[in-house]
Amino acid sequence: MKHLIGLEHLSKEDIISLVELGMRYRDWLEGEYRESKQSLSLLKGKRICLLFYEPSTRTRHSFELAGRLLGGEVASFSLAVSSVQKGESFKDTLLTLESMGFDIFVIRHSISGACLYATRVLQRAGVVNAGDGMHEHPSQTLLDLLTIKQAKGTIENLKIAIIGDILHSRVARSAIFALKKLNWEIRLCAPPTLFPKDIERFGVKIFYKIDEAINDVDVIYMLRIQRERQKEQFFPSIEEYSRLFSLTHSLLSLAPKAIVMHPGPVNRGVEIEGIVVDGEKSLILEQVRNGVAVRMAILHSLLGDK
Amino acid sequence: MDLLIKGGKVIDPYNEFAETADILIKEGKIQAIEKGIEADVPSYDASGKLVLPAFIDLHSHLREPGQEYKEDLTTGALAGVAGGFCALFTMPNTSPPLHGKSQIAYILRKAENLPLYVFPIGALTVDMKGETLAPIGELAEAGVKALSDDGMPIQNSGLLRNALLYAKMFGLIVMLHCEDKSLSEGGVANEGFTATRLGLRVMPKSAEEIGVARAIILSLETGCRVHICHISTKNSLELIRWGKKMGAPITCEVTPHHLVLTEESLEGYDTRAKCNPPLRTEEDRKALIEGLLDGTIDCIATDHAPHSREEWDVEFDLAPFGISGLETAFPLLYTKLVEEGGFPLDLLVEKFTSAPAKIMGLNLGSLKIGEEANLTIIGTEPLKVDVESFHSKGKNNPFDGWTLKGFPLLTICKGKIAYERGNSL
Repeated sequence: MKHLIGLEHLSKEDIISLVELGMRYRDWLEGEYRESKQSLSLLKGKRICLLFYEPSTRTRHSFELAGRLLGGEVASFSLAVSSVQKGESFKDTLLTLESMGFDIFVIRHSISGACLYATRVLQRAGVVNAGDGMHEHPSQTLLDLLTIKQAKGTIENLKIAIIGDILHSRVARSAIFALKKLNWEIRLCAPPTLFPKDIERFGVKIFYKIDEAINDVDVIYMLRIQRERQKEQFFPSIEEYSRLFSLTHSLLSLAPKAIVMHPGPVNRGVEIEGIVVDGEKSLILEQVRNGVAVRMAILHSLLGDK
Repeated sequence: MDLLIKGGKVIDPYNEFAETADILIKEGKIQAIEKGIEADVPSYDASGKLVLPAFIDLHSHLREPGQEYKEDLTTGALAGVAGGFCALFTMPNTSPPLHGKSQIAYILRKAENLPLYVFPIGALTVDMKGETLAPIGELAEAGVKALSDDGMPIQNSGLLRNALLYAKMFGLIVMLHCEDKSLSEGGVANEGFTATRLGLRVMPKSAEEIGVARAIILSLETGCRVHICHISTKNSLELIRWGKKMGAPITCEVTPHHLVLTEESLEGYDTRAKCNPPLRTEEDRKALIEGLLDGTIDCIATDHAPHSREEWDVEFDLAPFGISGLETAFPLLYTKLVEEGGFPLDLLVEKFTSAPAKIMGLNLGSLKIGEEANLTIIGTEPLKVDVESFHSKGKNNPFDGWTLKGFPLLTICKGKIAYERGNSL
């Protein structure tokens, strides 16, 4: 594997082995590293470039940390998407940085397909997708699977309800691609304005009522709702959205064995009640913790042993 | 120019002629079309080849003036004759737009020295902004046959209605790119499973269909001749069937790419397949072929839209819409529709020749004794498409690398040899 662009084209075995490698790094972080504070040297001499065209805190910092813990050199750039006329194009930026000797690019970009495009531009370096437009966010889903593995002991044959802005969500797409391969029952819940067309062709079930969607599931996965969606009139108001689609404490009784997840950042009181975020069912902070381990596994798989 | 074209399969739908015959051209004019002509002039062995009236494209973007980095009249004309065309209608979205007599005069003057006929289409509104009517009378006097705001369709239906009423006074045809931008703004792909998988912003079919319905209803109400550009959906076709049944003075076109490709061609975020209207579904594609067969679709037009590599070799959303299609139009449809799909060859030729000529009232698109020769000789040997060998500056063509049959070997335009494959003229 040279690039990680998405989970759609990864095999079930590849997904499982990335999660398992993530587990080993998680154990290392909790054990050996906590004691010794000694980084590894697997990626010694490797240069990792973080190229972020969109704001990000957790993804960016966890990739940075993952690279350093593996002994790699990490440089980080925040840029704005520019058209050809003004500023340097994405293509030229990639070629320029590659000629500085970077071995891998971790890219977040606002345009779907930008990471795949980068693989065609770059001569030698690999690409990790850290989120491209509305397309995929594979490292998020891998860290979610690691979190699920810890909580449930398995990442196969479970039942999930994903609630929120499916239309614009790269997290939802990566989750659907991976969980279908792992034989999950997938339920999606949102107002019809926030579903993309023909989504049911993925073999998912569509719900408009959150209580029906979460009934008896193993995982409740809440998506952040952007306030701009109200301005774009995908729903009448944040208040109404919240009343119809927010995960409240009282709803949790419908799914007694469920864990609650959210890719962050959360809007407390909008898509999820504050006491649910902080509640015992919530693994939201655990997800963040697992981000570093999974991103170590990704960098290891693409750059290690080479 | 004298030439005897020997032994080709001559297909001239206008004259309902389709048989193996020789064609004698003397001083640029067709002297005879019959078997066994002997003449003391240079001869061309066309046995095993097709001899067709040269094609007419109602929808090209030749980019002059102002966007010569994408294409200019000379390269566009060369691409045209290499594609078998003898006449191109060029859209007014240039800089400045073709919205006054000076731009029209500029195109017509330059066109005199080009190997094929170029007909400028005037803008419907000033700067194609959809706010103020262009000087339509002035454009008519300058010699335009048609008006269009093409990719920037007038959104205000009241203004469009007035434009149609006014254009009718001059007998002009109004060519409408039908799109309700409130439904498609920001979109880059058909609303369908491919866009859902790839996470692309969408242009729903309703955006086109509402525009088509509006065009038909306003044509019915005003009596203005309306030519509906590049229809791409099954329901647009149904609406046009209805409009024609109601007696609306409408015609419509379809592009080669909408007849061959579907939204699935965007796999891998291929910006060369990014066009507007977007590539649709297999159901739509089949319906469009059906529409050609039953006559609902009047003609084929390329929507030749060349762009520079810097413009299309970018992230998907940043790439402009459009396909540089003049040089693959006929081979693509000859191969995919006729050879592989059983589509009648004479009907395909008609849709490239006499059908567009009829829409615009041109004395082109057929082989008439005593008239200037405008014809193309088509080879049936398979060839690999290589955009680097295009005459067009636009290399944005999704058929690069495809093996196709039916490429023009020799094109005669304005009574002269305008193109010979392998020879640059």
